[in-house]
Amino acid sequence: MIPAPFEYDAPTTLEEAIGLLQKYGDEAKILSGGHSLIPMMKLRFASPERLIDINGIAGLSHISEENGTVKIGALVREVEAEHSDLLKKHFPIFEDVTHLIADPQVRNMGTLGGNLAHGDAANDHPAVMIALGATVIATGPDGERAIPIDEFFYGFYMTALQHGEILTEIQIPVPPAGTSSAYHKLERKVGDYATAGVAVQLTLDANGVCTAAGIGLTNVNPVPLRAARSEAALIGKTLTTETIAEAAKYASEDCSPSSDLRGSEEYKRDMVAVLVKRMIKKASERILI
Amino acid sequence: MKEITITVNGTAHTLQVENRLLLVHFIREVLNLTGTHIGCDTSSCGACTILLNGKSVKSCTVLAVQANGKEIQTVEGLAPEGSLHPLQEGFKENHGLHCGFCTPGMMMRASELLQNNPNPTEDEIRWGISGNLCRCTGYNNIVKAIQYAGAKIRGEELPSTEPEFV
Repeated sequence: MIPAPFEYDAPTTLEEAIGLLQKYGDEAKILSGGHSLIPMMKLRFASPERLIDINGIAGLSHISEENGTVKIGALVREVEAEHSDLLKKHFPIFEDVTHLIADPQVRNMGTLGGNLAHGDAANDHPAVMIALGATVIATGPDGERAIPIDEFFYGFYMTALQHGEILTEIQIPVPPAGTSSAYHKLERKVGDYATAGVAVQLTLDANGVCTAAGIGLTNVNPVPLRAARSEAALIGKTLTTETIAEAAKYASEDCSPSSDLRGSEEYKRDMVAVLVKRMIKKASERILI
Repeated sequence: MKEITITVNGTAHTLQVENRLLLVHFIREVLNLTGTHIGCDTSSCGACTILLNGKSVKSCTVLAVQANGKEIQTVEGLAPEGSLHPLQEGFKENHGLHCGFCTPGMMMRASELLQNNPNPTEDEIRWGISGNLCRCTGYNNIVKAIQYAGAKIRGEELPSTEPEFV
């Protein structure tokens, strides 16, 4: 399978890339890791007239901590996130999620920025970023703009990125002590999209009372979903079996999965409930360790 | 069309290519290096795995223009002519292939795996080749072949290559 013909640019600065995006508008697509876009182009689901390859732009591959915020450059590869000591220290969820994304070769190419900018509710990082309360930095002709993750996903392959903007960085607040996180997705085979996936970050105080909770759901809704009622059900409570069951029930009710080859709607709702319970337990056990 | 320079197995090639030319077609059809196979053509099977600047990637899902200025290693570049790389020896000694279609991709993936982790556990090997499909062997002999290559690279005593009868 061969993509339809296209023009190709490989700018070496962000300014140049933004200029090209402004000039060519919807005709152009950003090429990052390419492991969502190129398969779509080969299948002719996508036929952009121009690719703007941003891989040669310096300064988009950092993972750093600054003033209580972890900053992840848009071109950080999945494999780099998988092995980052800084991410491991604050967010054990990254080891969970990167291990479950595609396979080692794809993780050598795929980027965190691309995983979000693709705007696919089947991708895994959207739910993780919802759980972690991330902010997406978009850089455009007028400079940088911070977009809270809850305002980033609009619809099927649609995000808040505007004409001429490139996703350049992901910022995640360093959580307080007593916080941990976990992710799991049910998949039919290695590298599959999730039948259902759940990301959880929890903060517990010294008495075991939950003071903060973030829960994101993968591939069970038209857009990546924050399980807001589930989060509210945990806050101010100790994590008893009943509390956890209530949070799981809300998530299974509030998502909107479609029946497909991966399972029926009913099955997926059940799996959301199971995974919410398990990830709350896993994240809270990591806090106690 | 774009002029690109790609170093393949140590030799630089400067050529005009169509933007949409896939790296695997560049390797197989432009350079006639047919050791890299096309299996699924959808980045699932790993038969087209090559090393791009030392990282294993699926060349069916990379454009040739993306490899401009970079170094590629294919299975033809694993060992000098007339000799075998420890992985090739491992696959031979352990019957790590039946039809052989997945073998080049398996070996290129395993070469990066052993580069990063010269002494992987069986679990690490199985996860490490999770992006490569084999429809003949049941994987056991592939895992043994990679263990054999690891031991050889580490300079340790080689594991038995006697087949196991269950």
